[in-house]
Amino acid sequence: MARLFNEETLKIIEERLKKWEKETLPKSLSKYPLRQDSFRTHSNIEVKGVYTPLDIRNMDYFEKLGLPGEYPFTRGIHATMYRGRIWTMRMFSGYGSAEDTNKRLKFLIEHGETGLSLAFDFPTLVGIDADDPMASGEVGVCGVSVSSIEDMEIIFDGINMGEITTNMTINPPAPVLLAMYVATAEKQGVPYDRIGGTTQNDPLKEFIAQKSYVFPPEPAVKLAMDVVEWSVRNLPKWNPISISGYHIREAGSTAVQELAFTIANGIEYVRHLINRGMDVDEFAPRLSFFFDSHINFFEEIAKFRAARRMWAKIMKEWFNAKKERSLWLRFHTQTAGVSLTAQQPYNNIIRTTIEALAAVLGGTQSLHTNALDEPFRVPSEFAAKLALRTQQIIAFETGVADTVDPLAGSYYVEWLTDKIEEEAWKYIDRIEMMGGMIEAVKRGYPQREITDASFRFQKEVEEGRRYIVGVNIFVEEEDEEIRNVPLLDINQKEIEMRQRERLRRLRERRDKARWERSLKNLKRAAEKGENVMPYILQAVKSYATLGEIMSTLKEVYGIWVEPPIY
Amino acid sequence: MGGATDILELLKKSKGRRIKVLVAKLGLDGHDRGAKVVARALKDAGLEVIYTGIRQTPEQVVETAIQEDVDVIGVSILSGAHIPLMKKLMELLREKGLDDVPVLLGGTIPIPDIPKLKELGIRNIFLPGTSLKEIIKETLEAALERREE
Repeated sequence: MARLFNEETLKIIEERLKKWEKETLPKSLSKYPLRQDSFRTHSNIEVKGVYTPLDIRNMDYFEKLGLPGEYPFTRGIHATMYRGRIWTMRMFSGYGSAEDTNKRLKFLIEHGETGLSLAFDFPTLVGIDADDPMASGEVGVCGVSVSSIEDMEIIFDGINMGEITTNMTINPPAPVLLAMYVATAEKQGVPYDRIGGTTQNDPLKEFIAQKSYVFPPEPAVKLAMDVVEWSVRNLPKWNPISISGYHIREAGSTAVQELAFTIANGIEYVRHLINRGMDVDEFAPRLSFFFDSHINFFEEIAKFRAARRMWAKIMKEWFNAKKERSLWLRFHTQTAGVSLTAQQPYNNIIRTTIEALAAVLGGTQSLHTNALDEPFRVPSEFAAKLALRTQQIIAFETGVADTVDPLAGSYYVEWLTDKIEEEAWKYIDRIEMMGGMIEAVKRGYPQREITDASFRFQKEVEEGRRYIVGVNIFVEEEDEEIRNVPLLDINQKEIEMRQRERLRRLRERRDKARWERSLKNLKRAAEKGENVMPYILQAVKSYATLGEIMSTLKEVYGIWVEPPIY
Repeated sequence: MGGATDILELLKKSKGRRIKVLVAKLGLDGHDRGAKVVARALKDAGLEVIYTGIRQTPEQVVETAIQEDVDVIGVSILSGAHIPLMKKLMELLREKGLDDVPVLLGGTIPIPDIPKLKELGIRNIFLPGTSLKEIIKETLEAALERREE
């Protein structure tokens, strides 16, 4: 036991606080009345004017905080944190053809990016080929188009896949994109134990928020867990899943909901893997997370700290994990796309800087910073570089990375960390009562909670209870910036035509018998409920396309259609 | 920007026959936050709202518009594919004789694209940051103008 404050000290503070409330505070209030009736975080948590040891009066240092690199990891998963190694600067990028994206990745590496992160276009995200009629008009627009292993080879042409790690934001088609990545690395001569990176591969949040679902919840989870099982046993450096709150938040949830639903999704996956017969310590060290960093500064920092503490406790106490690494909540952060404004877009640089700072003070392992022009389109080269430079300035100029968890011990931050954790547990309890997240998703529970929260937020903005500079305060009628911000030029029609042509040639050229056999074997494996990863790898190597592999799986698993609730 | 009184005036003008709006997510993107917030705001304002859900093709949107006999079509696109998708939608509406149904568009639309979209016959383009009040007002005005014609 290491209680931070003894009763005697607390008593003295309590008396002084009462005196302050009676004497000092009223004097100030009469001169400067409060500018709002109440002050609330994004999660609607009421914030007081001042916090003191009384707000964390029962805090036990080792129970709640511990030392960095020690349970419950509130202060960080590593003892040295950024003193040893700066977070990975991983810019989410991709647009147009594989060639365009290859060029962009090399540009970012040249300017000091330390990890890659691929953004795919919508056809790729929902698992259809560039020549599918549904893909028309969307090929290469908001990410890179990948329909076969050929595209993957071009993306990584001249980039050593054994040296750099790559995140792929991909969900239902995750096994296919991972197979393409692995097969490409193999061609580069990179051994499996040096292939590092992440597949997002988090199906539950697709139903809740990101909405690039394809299969119904049960087979979707089964398929994602195939990727986890296969990766854990074959790619020791791969993070096969990135349990993501980012999209939940962007869809309009509060910080508390983001945290709670993400952890609840994680719990569901852990149960599924244990039910497969896997040992918790075999897979838990490879689970990773992904959060949003929004503009409500301290709430975000508190959220990251609470997340680490909650996950460590769940893994240790609920699932009996023994390895220390199994208790780590390692996470990537992206600044909040949804906080950016089209109006006066250069203000977005400042928003992103503040959000990035919150992520760093919250102990993130890797970070993407949004570009100022993202309310309009995927970023221009200039805007992407500026976003990367934002991270470099935080890392190398400000000194915030020089000590671990510098906000620990702040009465406010510790109180808020506790409060967010407490509120998140309430949601998790409710979801547990429903029988877990798959059941909750089928009932539309998290979906409804998020829709309500996003509507509430918009109302607050409209009623002037929440300010957004350039939108409902300091509005400029003649906004020069919005008209003049330079945007990336994408020749969509040409990219789509080239992709179609590449696919046509691939389909003509490939060994038909081998291709057909690979898809038949995949279908049989899926029907039998086997782990489909090895079969998908074979199909990819036989030049089956993304759309063909996904269609084969759809025949077995079916598809999901969401009831349109609003 | 329209205040609450403007909206009330407009609603009175609809003379008891409720205005029916189709809120559609066109294309593959799953960003449905805006569409849902707008759908709910229109419903709260007293309009009848049909929400399509995500991943709709232009053909599906036109089909729903015909079946539901809507006064206005509101489209949400955040994928960047607004020009080809809206072009297709507007062509189909003309083909089916629905060119008198006003079409409104919201989403992540770069400023240089606005004239092109207006040329296609889209009545209003709502950028990020547009207030719900303005969307409600423009929707009501669009519906009432069509009825008067």
